[in-house]
Amino acid sequence: MSQKPSATRPPSQRVLAFILITLSLFPESCAGRASSVTLAGSTAFQPFAEKLADEYDAAHPEINVTVQGGGSAVGISAAVNGAAQIGMADLVELPPDAKVLTAFVVARDGIAVVVNPSCRISDLSMTRIRDIYMGSVRNWKELGGPDAAITVVSREAGSGTRSSFETILGHFDLTDTAIIQDSNGTVRETVADDAGAIGYLSYGLVDRKVKAIRVDGLPCTTELILAGKYRLVRPIYFLTLGEPSPAAKGFIDFALGPEGQASIEADGLLPAR
Amino acid sequence: MKAPSDKAVERILLGVACTAILCLIAIAAFIFKEGLPFLAKVGPGNFLFSSDWRPDSGRYGILPMIASSLWVTLGALVLGAPLGMAGAVFLSEFSPPGAVKVVKPAIELLAGIPSVVFGFIGVTVLAPLIRRIAGGPGLSLLAASIVLGVMILPTVLSISIDALGAVPQGYREGALALGATRWQAVRMVVLKAARSGLLAGTILGMGRAIGETMAVIMVAGNTVKMPSSALDSGRTLTANIALEMGYATGMHRRALFATGIALFVVIMILNAFATASLKRRAGGRR
Repeated sequence: MSQKPSATRPPSQRVLAFILITLSLFPESCAGRASSVTLAGSTAFQPFAEKLADEYDAAHPEINVTVQGGGSAVGISAAVNGAAQIGMADLVELPPDAKVLTAFVVARDGIAVVVNPSCRISDLSMTRIRDIYMGSVRNWKELGGPDAAITVVSREAGSGTRSSFETILGHFDLTDTAIIQDSNGTVRETVADDAGAIGYLSYGLVDRKVKAIRVDGLPCTTELILAGKYRLVRPIYFLTLGEPSPAAKGFIDFALGPEGQASIEADGLLPAR
Repeated sequence: MKAPSDKAVERILLGVACTAILCLIAIAAFIFKEGLPFLAKVGPGNFLFSSDWRPDSGRYGILPMIASSLWVTLGALVLGAPLGMAGAVFLSEFSPPGAVKVVKPAIELLAGIPSVVFGFIGVTVLAPLIRRIAGGPGLSLLAASIVLGVMILPTVLSISIDALGAVPQGYREGALALGATRWQAVRMVVLKAARSGLLAGTILGMGRAIGETMAVIMVAGNTVKMPSSALDSGRTLTANIALEMGYATGMHRRALFATGIALFVVIMILNAFATASLKRRAGGRR
């Protein structure tokens, strides 16, 4: 076999050679891609962050950006304990744990109140929405709709969307009959399926399967949010522990720069400034 | 005399066997270490018998979760166990032998389907159906019971088939020789002889139902409230841990470990029953 080295080398030997070459390249590639950036947190911002990461990866192949979900509370704890270089959180008020973190506002996001497309109601005041979520209004009849029970759909307690929603409406105890879903997407599916349901989710994730209602007479639109009139709006933060690493800084600058902001806006979120 | 290599292999195998037990002990120790201080502080009574779960205001009552867990488990058994046993009786007593060879592996394949798939079908098909026919939010304990009932079917069925197969052929022949019809022989002799095996299958199915998480989160609605009907939505013990563990800190996190202890104790009790009834079966056959 050693007499004819290259031509008739058996496959196993070729595989071995391949592995050895790969291994010998590995330290170098490690050095080249040492700058990997992990983001974790807000499920509302996750799809946008994934898109930003793809665009950033295309322009900077040497940097590897990974995006994980988990919810805003996970974003904060991941940034605090170092599990992610960048935590993502969408909260009106950052909790005390987040005081040690450096916060960058990357975007703003409206919270749309959604009902099933077959629902006749298309306008509710903040007070009525609060009543529904507190459980003091339980039937659509009380709001001028058909005689049907309201299915209240909310998010798990660690959700930034929920915490912002409850903060803006004025802190309240959620009705104990509320159905709890653990992401924006599952809230949307539940409301799309149930004619009597009401839910809330990130404005950027509203689609034709659900109907976004007017709040205090104002529809959830980019213009009204930018004008500061539509009130269910929360900032989306990138959180880093201390000064961001160069790689993380690069990604944050990209997200805050014209390209990143344009990409965020194209998909229905609002620019940071 | 054993060769030295024999001894070495024996030791290695012993070590490997012990790791499984060590894992179990480590898991139990970890859960109890995290959860027991919480139980001592809040008090088991406040924890187990209060229905007020608001971890952000320091109220930790898991009674609604215990009730929902028991409710969906019982529902799953009511739906799944008779179906599983009836299927097993048909396959082992009445069907042509060829059918068992096809049907049994097919049903065991059902056990290999990931629970998220069951949950997905529950959300897209079952929940809207329940909402249309019976009202309520659809995502409900009934939906969870039905999904779990289907999920435990393979467990109940395959253990029941084994139990029926273990009944000596002479019992059937004796009954038939005394003039019993086939059904009478099955009902009066075979089912009685296989009783503890059938029970073991049911208890193992119950263990699977109470421990299931993903499918239940998807179809049960996760409302923290004492269930008052099968159409209400509810949150099970497992769902409570899975939903909140991601962001819980401090006392809240310890409360979830304590929820784990509650679940652990329930499952231990069920397993003890299963083992005892299996032993009885083995003893009866001798």
